[in-house]
Amino acid sequence: MKLKDIIACVDGQLIWGESHLEDEVQRGFASDLMSDVLTILEDDILLITGLSNNQAIRTAEMSDIKNILLVRNKKPSQSMIEMAKELNISLSYTPYSLFKASGLLYQKGLEPVY
Amino acid sequence: MRQEYLVPSQDFSQAGVASSSIKKMLKQLNLNPLLIKRIMIAVFEAEVNVIAHSYGGKILCDLDDEKICIQVIDTGPGIPNLELAMTEGWSTATEEVRELGYGAGMGLPNIRKNCDHLDIYTKEGDHTHLSMTFELRMQP
Repeated sequence: MKLKDIIACVDGQLIWGESHLEDEVQRGFASDLMSDVLTILEDDILLITGLSNNQAIRTAEMSDIKNILLVRNKKPSQSMIEMAKELNISLSYTPYSLFKASGLLYQKGLEPVY
Repeated sequence: MRQEYLVPSQDFSQAGVASSSIKKMLKQLNLNPLLIKRIMIAVFEAEVNVIAHSYGGKILCDLDDEKICIQVIDTGPGIPNLELAMTEGWSTATEEVRELGYGAGMGLPNIRKNCDHLDIYTKEGDHTHLSMTFELRMQP
């Protein structure tokens, strides 16, 4: 799925990363635990998380994740946005829960990592 | 070539700063992206461990034509039971660490999974010294 379609699917909004809107994202991984995210070696996954802090961005950086979707209407802090810009990682958010956002995206064809 | 990075204790605003510098350096070496990711996951987990559990420490990076050796050396207090610490899901992390998204008890097991070779020295009341080796020839 393209990132722009992912955002539309969950009635979300892009906070930063317009250049990523055409990114093709094949798989998603949903977790609030960054330790779990760090067990994934796949490339180009969408990180769906309710963890709205700098650690989410750092974890994405280490795992080569280019796109993050925040759930439960979590808005990122300014320092989180700045870090995302510096590392060229897109940030979006959705009002939906982790479960609902993941369910909608799965239904539309976003694949699980496992 | 040796690079050295300091890691503070308990300051989570610094978590990933050393790892990020190491990643920038590795990317300049034109290595396999999957190898870089394995190294970075192991180093980042170790860096977070130093911040969360130790009195602070340092990361030493040594490179030659065949391998990358990364040592993570803290200043204490050492791990009381290494066997338990190597068990997936076992954690002594504080509530604060868990709120930041860490402390799931996957750190050391995940480090072991991503290294080609891992040596750990630790002793309660002393310190912890991780030596991680990544073979350049064994790139998958």
